[in-house]
Amino acid sequence: MSTLQAFLKEHADEDLVAWEHQVEASRRFGLTITETEYAILDNGLLPARYQRNRRTISQSGQRMLFQSQVAVIGCGGLGGYIIEELARLGVGRIIAIDPDVFEEHNLNRQLFSNPANLGKAKTEAAARRIAEINPAVTLVPIQAAFSPENGVDLLGDCNVVVDALDTIQVRLELAEVCAAMKIPLVHGAIAGWFGHVATQFPGDETVQTIYRSWKNGKGIEQALGNPSFTPAVVASLEVAEVCKLLLGQGTPLRGRQLTIDLLSMEMHVISLFEEHEEKS
Amino acid sequence: MNITVKLFASFRTGRFDIKTGDYPAGTTVADVADSLKLPRTELGIMMINNRHVKLERILAEGDILALFPLLGGG
Repeated sequence: MSTLQAFLKEHADEDLVAWEHQVEASRRFGLTITETEYAILDNGLLPARYQRNRRTISQSGQRMLFQSQVAVIGCGGLGGYIIEELARLGVGRIIAIDPDVFEEHNLNRQLFSNPANLGKAKTEAAARRIAEINPAVTLVPIQAAFSPENGVDLLGDCNVVVDALDTIQVRLELAEVCAAMKIPLVHGAIAGWFGHVATQFPGDETVQTIYRSWKNGKGIEQALGNPSFTPAVVASLEVAEVCKLLLGQGTPLRGRQLTIDLLSMEMHVISLFEEHEEKS
Repeated sequence: MNITVKLFASFRTGRFDIKTGDYPAGTTVADVADSLKLPRTELGIMMINNRHVKLERILAEGDILALFPLLGGG
């Protein structure tokens, strides 16, 4: 009777375990795909699906990602792409939070929307999609609006939180909850051809600084709407930030805001803290 | 006094990217925004010479004012 470890090593091609062998190991040893993925990574092996990651993310980094938990607040334009990319990257546990159902005006850009699931919960569509593309990843769908009241319960144990919201008011509340819980927050926002990204570390007032002129209501997205490509660009930039934070690599956008103008094809980095205005 | 105004994102549409103009002494950020018909509700980050400022800030000769719109979509 072979052990799981022996089975995996026997069937690995060098250190890569093919999907069919991961499925067979799960069946033979009575484990979930997620449990088998842990066993593969804990034994210094790599699920073959991640082989094109490996020059970017080491085997131990891949294990670190699988042990991570990330909350995505909002499953619309930004959130759909963010969840898809986190799951393909191999982040082990994704908490997807959104109160809404799909509407027809979402179809131009929201990755998980299609004519068949109009009227259905965005979080359920996210769960179905992630089960299809990477069954080792656990997606926890929470069909609720994020608020300061439920925030602490929803974000407990998260390594990083990703802002994919569509209102400034709730973003400011999310930033406060993350600050109080000492969780890094990757912030992104879009409107038309334009977007921006910044990462708030515990103790920073990044989101408050960005929205210090805001009084109420929506931004220019109210007039401009959002096309298909802007959420994909900004979501990808946010996921790159998440990946770096989880791995402890690279230089995140701390104290800096990256502004993206896809109409002029210009990107600028604005300093948020270093040269902050004197008190007036 | 000469002030250089840099506009970003949607503020450029029908206006300009960068323009230096002559403004009277005492001109504030709000005065410049109003003269360009930038709605107050759309104003996001405002910077003079790379420092964050508020609407009531008075400009000085040679200042570079950068105005970004407020983005909140997701």
